[in-house]
Amino acid sequence: MTTQLQSPGREGYFGPFGGQFVPETLRAALDQLTQEYHAAQADPAFAKEFDRCLREIAGRPSMLYYAGRLSEQVGGARIYLKREDLNHTGAHKINNTLGQVLLCRRMGKKRVIAETGAGQHGVATATAAAVFGLTCDVYMGAEDMRRQALNVFRMELMGARVVRVDSGQRTLKDATNEAMRDWMGSVAHTHYIIGSVVGPHPFPTIVRDFQSCIGREARSQMLQTAGRLPDVVVACVGGGSNAAGMFSPFIADKEVELLGVEAGGTGLSFGRHAASISCGRPGILHGSLSFVLQDEDGQTAPVHSISAGLDYPGVGPEHAWWHQMHRVRYTTCDDAAALQAVCTLSRAEGIIPALESAHAVSAAIQRAAELSSDKIVLICLSGRGDKDCNEIADLLAKVAKPAGATAKEGR
Amino acid sequence: MGLENNRIVKKFAALRAAGKQTLLPFITAGYPNLETTAAVLRELDGAGVGVCELGIPFTDPVADGPVIQASFTAALAAGVTTRGIFDVVRQFRRAGGELPLAAMVSYSIIFRHGVETFVNEAAEAGLDGLIVPDLPLDESAELERFAAGGGLALVLLIAPTTPAERRLEIARHSRGFIYYISVAGITGERTALPEQTLAAVAELRRHTDTPVCVGFGISNATTVREVWRAADGAIVGSAIVKRMEEHAGATPQEIAGVVGKFVRELMA
Repeated sequence: MTTQLQSPGREGYFGPFGGQFVPETLRAALDQLTQEYHAAQADPAFAKEFDRCLREIAGRPSMLYYAGRLSEQVGGARIYLKREDLNHTGAHKINNTLGQVLLCRRMGKKRVIAETGAGQHGVATATAAAVFGLTCDVYMGAEDMRRQALNVFRMELMGARVVRVDSGQRTLKDATNEAMRDWMGSVAHTHYIIGSVVGPHPFPTIVRDFQSCIGREARSQMLQTAGRLPDVVVACVGGGSNAAGMFSPFIADKEVELLGVEAGGTGLSFGRHAASISCGRPGILHGSLSFVLQDEDGQTAPVHSISAGLDYPGVGPEHAWWHQMHRVRYTTCDDAAALQAVCTLSRAEGIIPALESAHAVSAAIQRAAELSSDKIVLICLSGRGDKDCNEIADLLAKVAKPAGATAKEGR
Repeated sequence: MGLENNRIVKKFAALRAAGKQTLLPFITAGYPNLETTAAVLRELDGAGVGVCELGIPFTDPVADGPVIQASFTAALAAGVTTRGIFDVVRQFRRAGGELPLAAMVSYSIIFRHGVETFVNEAAEAGLDGLIVPDLPLDESAELERFAAGGGLALVLLIAPTTPAERRLEIARHSRGFIYYISVAGITGERTALPEQTLAAVAELRRHTDTPVCVGFGISNATTVREVWRAADGAIVGSAIVKRMEEHAGATPQEIAGVVGKFVRELMA
């Protein structure tokens, strides 16, 4: 069962999920990338250089932190945080972009492109491109550029060009479409750095592998700190890269409960959330077969989440497989609960989580409350909330107003 | 079930016998409405084009440029569905329409309907072929099987980036014709044909009897004639859809007239 869960059967497939549903124009580039990745994996010099980048540029290993005050408040299991928010650029995304930029250099390509939602992957791509002197264009939906203005500025400051996307819902899915269209015409000299475990093979595998430093570190840090593995590991899931990186080294540890948290938005009816596994069904989006949110004609559904990084109608194919195999349980956290979790963690621990990560925090608090104090819940705190502060302030003001009105009436 | 009676296959056989090349216009089905699609099909049937490609609107067409994307978005906003488009095809056939029709459709849509269901409904409606721009050969076995069983020609695509041996493999599996993509890029009008296109098509034709048609970036009569020097047909999409967009407020008959006039110019 373990090997079945960990390695795709037919190359590029996780059980029935995955594949390469892309225009013929891109096929050759995917083959080239697959070959280059196999060659890199067999090359000790590549592993050494990647380790150096993770250490010196990303600042790894990231800390494992016992959230004592939060645990006390919750009054259940002991809660630990894997501090991906402390990485350079503020999230786990840098792990993947450093690895992919190294692959890009091996292929002799001089330009990278990326899609971004919250802007964290865009910033991480711009950073890696700056480090290695590559040209970088980042596609970003107009709505996300508004929500994440600070990250737009950071990318531009590092020399990247941010390309505004006005099609569709103007969010992550549409930015991904535009990046793929760019790649259709630029594939000879450009590498597309996909930011999550989505897209056609080999991207889901490559991104998972580059992100698996999260879970490998966390696993050994837990053994060192607590002398045992955690009982529950929790991560948020949009496309699912931080979760894949966190979960994959724990997949073989059957006693460890794995919990993926999708964006519940403002409710689980059509168009109001981004919970692809919880509410979707198998379908094809952006080159792979996985769980997707579609209408009955196969058109991609509109999605909503408070967090730009989770605002995506699909999910990585390996998550679909883990779900189908019942190895990972997927649940949802709505906008309001995520916002609440931002406040809770900020006050209890002095850590402001990204809105994405707050979904994991919220579900983890709920799960920890059900458990006794001899249990351990480990959260992947995938990113910091600095980028979200303006958005959070606006949202809290909106929440506070009606609450204030009610209080007045009460008096 | 063979494809001897397939309209696309028969059309190209007749064209080859007559030593003629042809034009394959693409229109976005349901744009700006289904009545226009019906009117354009009737117009094209009389204009003597080879095959009409009916683009099924999709929310995320990664191979398409801004013109076709915008038409897809508008059609979907107006409530166009695959079944609505099949109804138009069915009525066109009932009224005696003989124009060969190929649906250009994302595999996302086919998969959601179910491969077998989609093929059966498309064949029953009167479509003759399927072109699935986001389904490479490696993933196409299931659709290939059902399409063959349903009498539909599954047209496969070859790109400038496709390696030589793979081109021949694709050519062996393609039915009706082979769609040669002239540029590595998305659909949209371009001023000239890339130099290597004609040589690539000529090379392909040395190895296959299946007709070869060239698409992506073809927008004027000069380029169409250039394509005809090597290929069996030229595919024109964005240039037609752009003209439909410019007349989107007109009546179905008027838009059909605009398309008919342009198509005749391209073939002149």
